[in-house]
Amino acid sequence: MPPLVEARGIGKQFPGVRALDDVSLSVGTGEVVALIGENGAGKSTLLKILAGVQSPDSGSLLVDGQPVRFRGVQDALGAGIALIHQELNLADNLDLAGNVFLGREPRRAGFIRTAQMHREAAEWLRMVGLNLDPAMPLSHLPIGRQQLVEIAKALSTRARLLIMDEPTSSLSARETETLFAVVRQLRASGVSVLWISHRLGEVKELADRVVVLRDGRNAGEIPDRSGIEHDTMIRMMVGRDVDRLARRPSHPPGEVVLEVEGLRTPAHPQHPVSLSLRGGEIVGIAGLVGAGRTELLTTLFGVTPAVGGRVAVAGRPVDLRTPRDAIRAGMALVPEDRKHQGLILEMAVRENMSLVSLWPESHAGFVDSRAERRLAEQMIPALAIKTPGDRQAVQFLSGGNQQKVVLAKWLALKPKVLLLDEPTRGIDVGAKAEIYDLVHRLAGQGLAVLFVSSEMEEILSLADRALVMHEGRIAGGLARHDLSEERVMRLAAGGTGRQSA
Amino acid sequence: MKGLALAATQVVRSAVSPKILGIIGLLAAVCLYTALASPNFLKVGNLENVVHRTALFGILSIGVAFVIITGGIDLSIGSVVCLVGVLLPWLLVDHGWSVPMAVAFVLGLGAVIGLVHGLLVTRLGLQPFVVTLCGLLIYRGVARGITQDQSQGFGTGYKGLRALATERFPIFGEGGFELPATTLVFLVIAVAAAIFLNRTVWGRYLLALGRNEQAAQYSGINTGRMKLLAYVMSSTLAAIGGMLFVLDINAAQPSDFGNFYELYAIAAAVLGGCSLRGGEGSILGLLVGSALMVVISNMINLVHPRYQNVEFAIIGGVILAGVIADELVRRAARRRPGSGS
Ligand SMILES: Nc1ncnc2c1ncn2[C@@H]1O[C@H](COP(=O)(O)OP(=O)(O)OP(=O)(O)O)[C@@H](O)[C@H]1O
Ligand SMILES: [Mg+2]
Repeated sequence: MPPLVEARGIGKQFPGVRALDDVSLSVGTGEVVALIGENGAGKSTLLKILAGVQSPDSGSLLVDGQPVRFRGVQDALGAGIALIHQELNLADNLDLAGNVFLGREPRRAGFIRTAQMHREAAEWLRMVGLNLDPAMPLSHLPIGRQQLVEIAKALSTRARLLIMDEPTSSLSARETETLFAVVRQLRASGVSVLWISHRLGEVKELADRVVVLRDGRNAGEIPDRSGIEHDTMIRMMVGRDVDRLARRPSHPPGEVVLEVEGLRTPAHPQHPVSLSLRGGEIVGIAGLVGAGRTELLTTLFGVTPAVGGRVAVAGRPVDLRTPRDAIRAGMALVPEDRKHQGLILEMAVRENMSLVSLWPESHAGFVDSRAERRLAEQMIPALAIKTPGDRQAVQFLSGGNQQKVVLAKWLALKPKVLLLDEPTRGIDVGAKAEIYDLVHRLAGQGLAVLFVSSEMEEILSLADRALVMHEGRIAGGLARHDLSEERVMRLAAGGTGRQSA
Repeated sequence: MKGLALAATQVVRSAVSPKILGIIGLLAAVCLYTALASPNFLKVGNLENVVHRTALFGILSIGVAFVIITGGIDLSIGSVVCLVGVLLPWLLVDHGWSVPMAVAFVLGLGAVIGLVHGLLVTRLGLQPFVVTLCGLLIYRGVARGITQDQSQGFGTGYKGLRALATERFPIFGEGGFELPATTLVFLVIAVAAAIFLNRTVWGRYLLALGRNEQAAQYSGINTGRMKLLAYVMSSTLAAIGGMLFVLDINAAQPSDFGNFYELYAIAAAVLGGCSLRGGEGSILGLLVGSALMVVISNMINLVHPRYQNVEFAIIGGVILAGVIADELVRRAARRRPGSGS
């Protein structure tokens, strides 16, 4: 029997970048395949080609052994291939049923047959584990469940292959579990799944087979579950071993750099938060999604004004009403959502990197373009950013490389306090280790780092100590020698003693 | 001098952009057609007039471009032109104000109008379209009220002041092409605007916030103040334009002076490469866009004088064709390297 979908010898060239070079991949019926590789390896491009978003320059696609040509997403949908977008393609203002059937509403004489639509939508929603009222507005659902709605929508088009690009990067641990349960169930009913992940733990947990890309070429395959091991995957991706769990020695902490007293965020005004950070310290904030971690960082950075409390940087009290106040006091924030908060997508790599340091580097308001170029020339190799040049618009970079540009932009400011919100979202293992090294090195020069992460590995390997948040308050702090997955999870769940939530 | 050199390199660099090449081509085509169809087009007097009017409309479109770059719009330009156009002679002739006083007053008034627009947009969060639409109605109403709908002019006086708009410099000797003084005013403004937009931190901030306001805020940019600045620039340049228009024509009829000028300015900006979604714009493009508007109108006058009453339709059609062509080119370009993520 031919595989459900097969790509043969796919090539794709972008100006200055050979994204894919003679890449082949196949997915069988009811098979769950993981696609992994370093940032910029060509993974997203390959998925887009399979889903009809982009067309290949060379090579061929086969569905059920028959050659096909997709001229758009609709063609791919017709062949049973559905792409779940990372930026969810849903309409906030519609209800669940309206979203599931968007553009395909059952209708008569131009009128939507609401009752029928709701009945059918409820069925599709149940298939992805959502026993919800289809008349509920989508905006009432957290992001992880919205993603399930998107999957229900794909299933309702009778998709036989679901394609997902880093679906778990913005999900909580529990949402990820739900998603995986749904995927397993789909597999059992004969639906295939092809997905990209930088989280090798997930790959090991879920994949039947792993396909590895490196620099736009096939770099190997792990054909069966038993062979899926971290070290094997990393070696295939990076071409060398990466010590991903290396714990770096703590630096001796210096003076207190950030002092927060009774800070009340608009999201959880009833829970004042206090903490202090010394120069050279790297403190991780763990907790479940919705525990108020991002709100804490954005309030510290003046994005959402505090309801009360005091903040001092290097002993000097600061009045935080806008990000400008925070920046002036020596703080930097790498925000959670790089596309909306971190980058000007249409602008060049160089211009994005210099955006916050433009003013301090300017002469009487004139941009110092030489300093700007120097910054880019220094940062691109330092963070191993893959781009054809510093004048490339950031939107044409791969996701992980975009994240590195955001990091570069804030590091350029040489802050005293670096706030990081999910700093390595979408970044590959090798680059992760490099970024950890960089952050660690900067801490050695006296920088205080406060980072939020949903990845346990990241907390365990990067943090000198961890604060665990639960429902808006700091449920507890763990010094390095107390730091373990179990303790973090217990505190995150509200300290009830349950092992995980 | 250094500034001029910088601006020159900027102009050259932005001229390479394919977006502007298309519109330059369109301008060349319209010029060629008009020159072939009418012997009067290339006459020195007509060319002077085309250059002169391009300069005047160019000033207005530079102003509105700043607002468009922030993702806003300014519909009040024509009414500001009218208000300033009738106030200046009214203050000077009817009320005997001194020239510096009157000029300072009308330009200051323009700045204040822009400030009010900007504050309403940034502080109250009103929509730019609504705010400036109300401005469009209010300023014209005020202009007509103040003057009792009487046409205003300078009569035979104020020759010195009027020279600002009427003077011609014979750069090619006697009888040759004479450069209108308004061109110089325009050039000064255009060079300053190009330097501001492309070389200063604030210009970069404007472009950045036009693309992604949230990311700009997270980067510590005072987006409110930058937008305010854009509205002030727009109305101030409209006031300068209004002053030059009335100095030139010497008669301002409150009920129709400056009518529809905001649309000419916006159209020129859009043709010149400004996206109404914000974040894009080049000064050279504005110049070409303004010239195109003026040349089309000139073409109708010279070649098809009988069709003058459909002038708007022709202008509208050309703009639409330009925008469609631009979009098609962009799509073709996007299809090739594929859509990004
Ligand atoms: N539209 C585009 N225009 C130009 N270059 C592009 C475009 N899309 C992708 N690229 C380039 O192609 C290469 C592969 O990109 P792709 O997005 O497929 O990487 P990826 O493997 O998904 O990486 P990541 O893990 O960082 O998401 C990158 O170098 C990227 O910069
Ligand atoms: Mg990708």
